[in-house]
Amino acid sequence: MAMAETTAVHDEPVAHLGGGEEFEEREFGFWLYLMTDAVIFALLFATYVVMSGNIASGPDAKSLFSLPHTAGETLLLLCSSITFGFATLASLAGQRGRVIQWLIVTIVLGAGFVAMEIIEFAGMISAGAGPGTSGFLSAFFTLVGTHGLHVSLGIVGIAVMTVQISMKGLTNPVRSRLYRLGLFWHFLDIVWIGIFSVVYLPGVM
Amino acid sequence: MRRLRTLPVFLAAIALSGCGLGTAPILNPKGPIALAERDLLFTAFYLMLIVVIPVFVLAAVFVWRYRASGGKGQYKPDWSYSAGIDALIWLVPALIVAALGYLLWTTTHKLDPYKAITGTQNPIEVQVVAQDWKWLFIYPEYGIATVNELAFPQERPLSLRITSDTVMNSFMIPALGGQIYAMAGMTSRLHLIADEPGQFTGRNTMFSGDGFADQHFQAYSMSNSDFDSWVQKVRQSETALDQSAYATLAEPSVAHGVEYYSSYESDLFETILAKYAARPAHSSTMTDQ
Amino acid sequence: MLGKLTIDALPFYSWVAMAGAGVTVFGGLIVVALITYLGAWRYLWTEWLTSVDHKKIGIMYIVLALVMLIRGFIDAIMMRAQQAFALNSDGYLPPEHFEQIFTSHGTIMVFFMAMPFLTGLFNIVAPQQIGARDVAFPFMNSISLWLTAAGAGLVLVSLVVGKFSTAGWTGYPPYSGIEFNPGVGVDYWLWALLVSGVGSTMTGINFVVTILKKRAPGMTLMRMPMFSWTTLVVSILIAFAFPALTVVAIQLGLDRYLGFHFFTNGDGGNMMNFANLLWIWGHPEVYILILPAFGVYSEVVATFSGKRLFGYDSLVYATGCIGILSFTVWLHHFFTMGSSANVNAFFGIATMIIAVPTGVKVFDWLFTMFRGRIVFHPSMYWTIGFIVTFVIGGVSGVLLALPPADYLMHNSTFLVAHFHNMLIPGALFGYLAGMNYWFPKAFGFKLDETWGIRAFWFWIIGFYLAFMPLYVLGFMGMVRRMEHYNVAEWQPYLMVAAVGAVFVLIGIACIAMQLYVSVRDRAQAVDATGDPWNGRTLEWATSSPPAPYNFAVIPQVEDIDAFADMKRRGVVGVHPDRYEDITMPKSTGAGVMLGAGGFVLGFAMIWHIWWLAALSLVGAVAILIYRASNDDDEFTIPATEVEAIENKRQFSTLKLPTDLPQPGTDPAAEQPMPGNI
Repeated sequence: MAMAETTAVHDEPVAHLGGGEEFEEREFGFWLYLMTDAVIFALLFATYVVMSGNIASGPDAKSLFSLPHTAGETLLLLCSSITFGFATLASLAGQRGRVIQWLIVTIVLGAGFVAMEIIEFAGMISAGAGPGTSGFLSAFFTLVGTHGLHVSLGIVGIAVMTVQISMKGLTNPVRSRLYRLGLFWHFLDIVWIGIFSVVYLPGVM
Repeated sequence: MRRLRTLPVFLAAIALSGCGLGTAPILNPKGPIALAERDLLFTAFYLMLIVVIPVFVLAAVFVWRYRASGGKGQYKPDWSYSAGIDALIWLVPALIVAALGYLLWTTTHKLDPYKAITGTQNPIEVQVVAQDWKWLFIYPEYGIATVNELAFPQERPLSLRITSDTVMNSFMIPALGGQIYAMAGMTSRLHLIADEPGQFTGRNTMFSGDGFADQHFQAYSMSNSDFDSWVQKVRQSETALDQSAYATLAEPSVAHGVEYYSSYESDLFETILAKYAARPAHSSTMTDQ
Repeated sequence: MLGKLTIDALPFYSWVAMAGAGVTVFGGLIVVALITYLGAWRYLWTEWLTSVDHKKIGIMYIVLALVMLIRGFIDAIMMRAQQAFALNSDGYLPPEHFEQIFTSHGTIMVFFMAMPFLTGLFNIVAPQQIGARDVAFPFMNSISLWLTAAGAGLVLVSLVVGKFSTAGWTGYPPYSGIEFNPGVGVDYWLWALLVSGVGSTMTGINFVVTILKKRAPGMTLMRMPMFSWTTLVVSILIAFAFPALTVVAIQLGLDRYLGFHFFTNGDGGNMMNFANLLWIWGHPEVYILILPAFGVYSEVVATFSGKRLFGYDSLVYATGCIGILSFTVWLHHFFTMGSSANVNAFFGIATMIIAVPTGVKVFDWLFTMFRGRIVFHPSMYWTIGFIVTFVIGGVSGVLLALPPADYLMHNSTFLVAHFHNMLIPGALFGYLAGMNYWFPKAFGFKLDETWGIRAFWFWIIGFYLAFMPLYVLGFMGMVRRMEHYNVAEWQPYLMVAAVGAVFVLIGIACIAMQLYVSVRDRAQAVDATGDPWNGRTLEWATSSPPAPYNFAVIPQVEDIDAFADMKRRGVVGVHPDRYEDITMPKSTGAGVMLGAGGFVLGFAMIWHIWWLAALSLVGAVAILIYRASNDDDEFTIPATEVEAIENKRQFSTLKLPTDLPQPGTDPAAEQPMPGNI
């Protein structure tokens, strides 16, 4: 790893966020993609809010949600956002090894989040509260599951990123990708905060 | 030559078929609701002619005057703006839309299908259930039910509660007024009234499957005495709409004939609603206000 | 192993269906045989399928659109034939088949005719109009194309393997739910929408970035040609609206595949959410289809009137207004669902407000012709035909925006007539005008005008014959989607409508003839300078067809009609002191493979072949990761080669007439006519 760091210094004469002006279009395009994704989440939120009362013959939110469990998930995801931030800072300093280390920590935290979510879902399904039980649960599983799917894809993306950094070093295209991946990861954090405050908090109140 | 000779025949055919318009239900409404809706259509149409006629005239004049092959109009290639024209083309449509908007707001409230018709006579309530592919009418006031035939006294407001025991349908009697969707687990409302005795076709307007094309019924407005004898006729029917009869009826059937039921399972309409209700019916029926 | 797919999926259930399948298979085989006979597979692969050049992608989009136009029109004429004879009889189509036809007609015309057509025009024209060498994301552009083609492929395959949806192009549940529609039809519809919808979303993102980031120096937004403006606004609409379609399709899919209860009857499902979500996409979609055509009309009317566009600023603001308002009116598609009078009135008024900027546009085009010198090129015929006909559709639209009137006309053939009145003159005429206008830019020779004008006359007469009777039938109480009927008074009108469809058929034949004659006589119609119509905007500054890089030197823009201004300043065809190397994206097969992956994924999911679906998904992800790690995706055209290309080309020597007195000449005598006549 030490060797990697020394080579990174001469690879990268300029340290800046993203890959520089050459990649401005890609980064702008990625913002637009995030916006389309935000529309998807907004509509899933809207669907959830409309359907949250449609519990049919199934259980209601209060009997299903566990705030400590959700708090644990929240903690993992927020921490993973911070560790991704550390990776970004390390990339600005040109410390290739550090970047990889922090990204791996991020993967572990993200995987922990996904695991907790899977445990939650499995518990609900085995208790007879699967997505086919009621409109409310359909909307719940779809909203939270879509977020979980995004986190999982993000983990794959970070894994690919670590491989790229170790193979190519912190070149400008790689920096640009790291920047965009970071946007994606922090975006998922914001969505989660939305889920926490629209789904879980009112659910247990 | 041959084509020329057949042309008048063709035109005459079209003109003759124009006679169909004399009986077009939308243009010849049989009740005040449909009449008001139609008149709104006409008023809005005439208002819009203020914009439409200038477009036609200007298009014809400009194309003729400024044609490259001998048009007499002056050619001004750099002329591309006139504050006056710009103001006019924004303002005139805006004013028309403002006028129409006012008309829209008042008529939408006046002709709200949920709004009961205030009249001298008390309304007759009928519960309507859309099925594959027929209409069931329940008369709670008289304890009878019919399929594909709706009778009611003229000049007495018709107060309809509508739901569906299948996919989404839309209930409409064009000669009496506009339509409303029928959706399972929900009640929608429609208020109609007929001015005169008559026979009108009603139908489902929302595509609902293979029997859709035949899902129409006859609606009759009649004098009070005729209506009373119609009720008697239905009451004399030997079939009752009990649970098993309903289950059979609810099976899909195409071009179902008229049926009379002398009685029906109590709270039938509520039972049908409750089958689909996510919660007690009053909180889940968004459309029932 | 093959999920639900068995031999029964083949259409042996009816002669008409078998004939449809036969024609599809036969048509495919003929194309394959022809390419093989010409030995063109390698050429096709290297020059076209793997190309990321926006001009070639644009042409492929339009080829797809024209093929699907024919397929969608066959559906239309079959429906007209059925209804012309189905008085008190089943006609020649059983209900189930008729339902598939009206569903596929709508689906194809919206998603696989209109969308590819307008995207094709964007691709060919917009980058050149703003003085760019390519779109922002050429590879993503290729993915968009192939995902759209994959969706179209699924619709075509449904004709041969299994059945298509019977739920109408809007697929309202609960009818489209698994309880009432257990077959594969709705799944075909869903996956065609999902796969192509992803492609469209990417197109939207691509063109927003292209237009905001890649304009030539000096081209401020308020100097941008109208077509590029509509491209920008439509791309924003696509990016905002298509996610809603994705959401609603996924929710319906979850209901169908995994027993969720989004839209089911009972168990807490709510079908009204579907109507809301669908139309949150669906109403902007209407403007996504129409605004590009408005852009085409703006370009055509200025060029062939030999004048600058009247009220450019007004047109820009009107376009922006329409774009924003399009998101505020979705509820007018279901005034009859029982919303309160306040809600209905709000959405009704919002809808009518859109008529104001739309009306402004119509008058702007009219006043562009005012004091002009109108040359009657086919694209100008389409434009004038549009102006007159579209106004009628606008009137019927405002009528439907009045909730009480809509209670009467909703779901009737009046509604059918209205939206065809918007989409045929409003969108398709514009695309065809664009095809006539920009064809020489794409191929280097002009389209035959005689056949073009014939096509126009058959189309417009056919349009009036086919749809004016439907307006009348709406008053007579006829509703849409009727396989047969029992009202004798309707039949004469339906017969006239069928005659209209035959006229349109001849119109389509005329377009085919126009293409054939133009290709045959191309030597006589060469566009040597790249500026066949004495054009005003930058796309006419490139050669026809343009060099891969469009512009050897990126032009400096100083006015709204940038190329007109360059002609005036006399800087057209001025060679620079020295040319520079130009970097362009490399071709790649990844786009085609991702498209193929999307097709296989869709097909496998439709037939529940889970292993194949997983395999195609993994394959697609692998291609994406491989591609995303590739930093070597460009190549350089050396300056010497650029110079050689540029030295060979001819430049436009046309002059644009002006009001300003020219020193020492009689202005009237010297001014060349616009349109190169």
